[in-house]
Amino acid sequence: MTVSLFRQTRHPGRIGWTDILSYAYLALGVVLMFGPVLWLVLSSLKTPAALLEFPPSLLPLTQKTVTVPGHAQPLELYRVRMPDGTVRELAQVRRIGIQAQMLDPADPATIIRVPIEAREPIREMAFAWSNYTEPLQQFAFGRYFSNSLIVTIVATIITLIINSMAAYALAIYEFRGKALMLLLVIGTLMIPITIVLVPVFLVITQMGLNNSLWAVILPGAATPTGVFLLRQYMLTLPRDLIEAARMDKASEWQIYARIVLPLTLPALAVLAIFSIMWRWNEFLWPLAVLTKSEVYTLQIGLNAFQGELQTQWHYLLAMTVMTLAPVALVFVFLQRFITTGIANTGMK
Amino acid sequence: MSSLSLRAIRKSFGPVDVLKGIDLDVADGEFVVFVGPSGCGKSTLLRVIAGLEAATSGTVAIDGLDVTGQRAAERGLAMVFQSYALYPHMSVYRNIAFALENMRLTRAEIETRVSRAAAMLRLTDYLDRKPGALSGGQRQRVAIGRAVVRDPKIFLFDEPLSNLDAELRVATRKELASLHAEIGGTMIYVTHDQVEAMTLADRIVVLNQGRIEQVGTPLELYNRPINRFVAGFIGSPRMNFIEAVAEGAGRVRLSGGNGILDLHDVCPDTARPGIGALSVGIRPEHLVPVDSETPDLWLTVDLIEKLGSESYIYGTLGDGTPLTLRAAPDDPAERHQRIGIRIDRQRVHVFDEAGRALGR
Repeated sequence: MTVSLFRQTRHPGRIGWTDILSYAYLALGVVLMFGPVLWLVLSSLKTPAALLEFPPSLLPLTQKTVTVPGHAQPLELYRVRMPDGTVRELAQVRRIGIQAQMLDPADPATIIRVPIEAREPIREMAFAWSNYTEPLQQFAFGRYFSNSLIVTIVATIITLIINSMAAYALAIYEFRGKALMLLLVIGTLMIPITIVLVPVFLVITQMGLNNSLWAVILPGAATPTGVFLLRQYMLTLPRDLIEAARMDKASEWQIYARIVLPLTLPALAVLAIFSIMWRWNEFLWPLAVLTKSEVYTLQIGLNAFQGELQTQWHYLLAMTVMTLAPVALVFVFLQRFITTGIANTGMK
Repeated sequence: MSSLSLRAIRKSFGPVDVLKGIDLDVADGEFVVFVGPSGCGKSTLLRVIAGLEAATSGTVAIDGLDVTGQRAAERGLAMVFQSYALYPHMSVYRNIAFALENMRLTRAEIETRVSRAAAMLRLTDYLDRKPGALSGGQRQRVAIGRAVVRDPKIFLFDEPLSNLDAELRVATRKELASLHAEIGGTMIYVTHDQVEAMTLADRIVVLNQGRIEQVGTPLELYNRPINRFVAGFIGSPRMNFIEAVAEGAGRVRLSGGNGILDLHDVCPDTARPGIGALSVGIRPEHLVPVDSETPDLWLTVDLIEKLGSESYIYGTLGDGTPLTLRAAPDDPAERHQRIGIRIDRQRVHVFDEAGRALGR
């Protein structure tokens, strides 16, 4: 079925220019969206030397080396075109100017002089798994990961509860000032985080929450986007249902928990996905309130690889991949909710 | 089972007065139907009784107890909505049991009550299904089951049959009637369909523009409508109205008619001074085609509907007044033909200029 999907053309059986154009357009989209991710993943497997290579290669390639008796370091292997036209694999001992001293690993005693333009490095795929294993041992990945996990899960749960309650009130009840309240909630969308950063920081400090995960969880728990998204969805629920529940002697809490929440599930799923992505990738605010490494989230921890003088790119890239993986997984499993949920809330 | 009394109920939405002072008493076990054209306030009145809408003024009392200030959940009434309002995420069983759970009954009690209601409404096989997997008629029965199972003080029905197809509507109507006979609860039923009203009601309340026009048994409303509105609303096809002028006591001249009609028996007081223009109402079933040189009316036939059991002839009088009459199924009248008509003088209604019924 998948294959036939890829073989679809506008007119069955022949390929028109619209087909070529649309496939080219889609291919461009794929490259734009997945190119950077693919490059990130491949680069995270490169050795530091391969990372700095110019021109850069997409695949993690390294030069093949060979250990030769009599030489302490492994020697780099080259494919050399000999003056007589034959091609031999030689190891380079050293390079002097435009000449290279090389030897045959099978016959280490004979030094052969070769002009450097006659040799060509032999490269092979080499995955530097150490980029992953080393930081996982040294760097407190587990701790940062669990911190990030706690922040993401707890904050998402709180966000869902608080936002759905606010949305319920704004969608179901009639009260004086309702439109104004909604306007205020939406209005906060226009205030960028950088503006409230300092005041919120002061509040958090006054509450003594600095360097605790609550400092990251609480300030962003109520999101105007979430309230609006859930409210719009709840407005589409038939009012009869709520009135039927009232006739059925349900309390307002029961109506909220047993009727409205289950029916709002698609929108809640959308908000959950958004919240997970926001919280997992949050950087600026945790950076401001978390200063001790034991409460670092992953994003802050990653920042530690980026020193003032040097950046350990190979570790940084590898850990970035590790950081991306959970969100990507969430997306893979929940993406169908995103499309249906967003379509249903009327938000694009 | 309970009685209900409404006193001076008014309801306004902003500047719009939807209910303009409603007084009504519903006796214990009575089946009362609110009927009226759309926008007459009948649904609003039902919602005020239910407690879903607060009356602007006036009192609602159930069993003599003032419940005006109580919320819907506290009044102990059950309502069947036009849209059925079944909870789509719950099975039929949970839909029916929801109210019982809220009443904090024991699990065993809920079980018995639900299965009893399900058996009565032939829903036993569908208890595990979600409402989405049911047909319209089944959903309707679940909605009724949800009300029945609670054993409420009063059942409220808000146009419950309007989403069903014609055949199912008739079947469900009969079921509702037998349900009322069986459980005998007080029922208040809102509809715009006068056939439903006539067939179901012990008493009909005809509403128009936020006021009660007339309350009475179906036959009272049919035989003795107190005004032109009720006369036109009850009965199908609707009553014919012909303009007329009084020619002394009990005598009227119909516009487009032949000569003077003597209505002494039904309406002797047409000679009241200053009575003004009259209108005479005659139901289609009280007009008879006659083979006579001097009929009461001459009608030009526009259209004939043959229903098999009877035929309806639609036509116009000489002055353009439209007229409908019921004829025998084998009536020989044809389109564009001019036929003579006799009026059954005993069944004529006379209304004054303001639409009030005269006589009787």
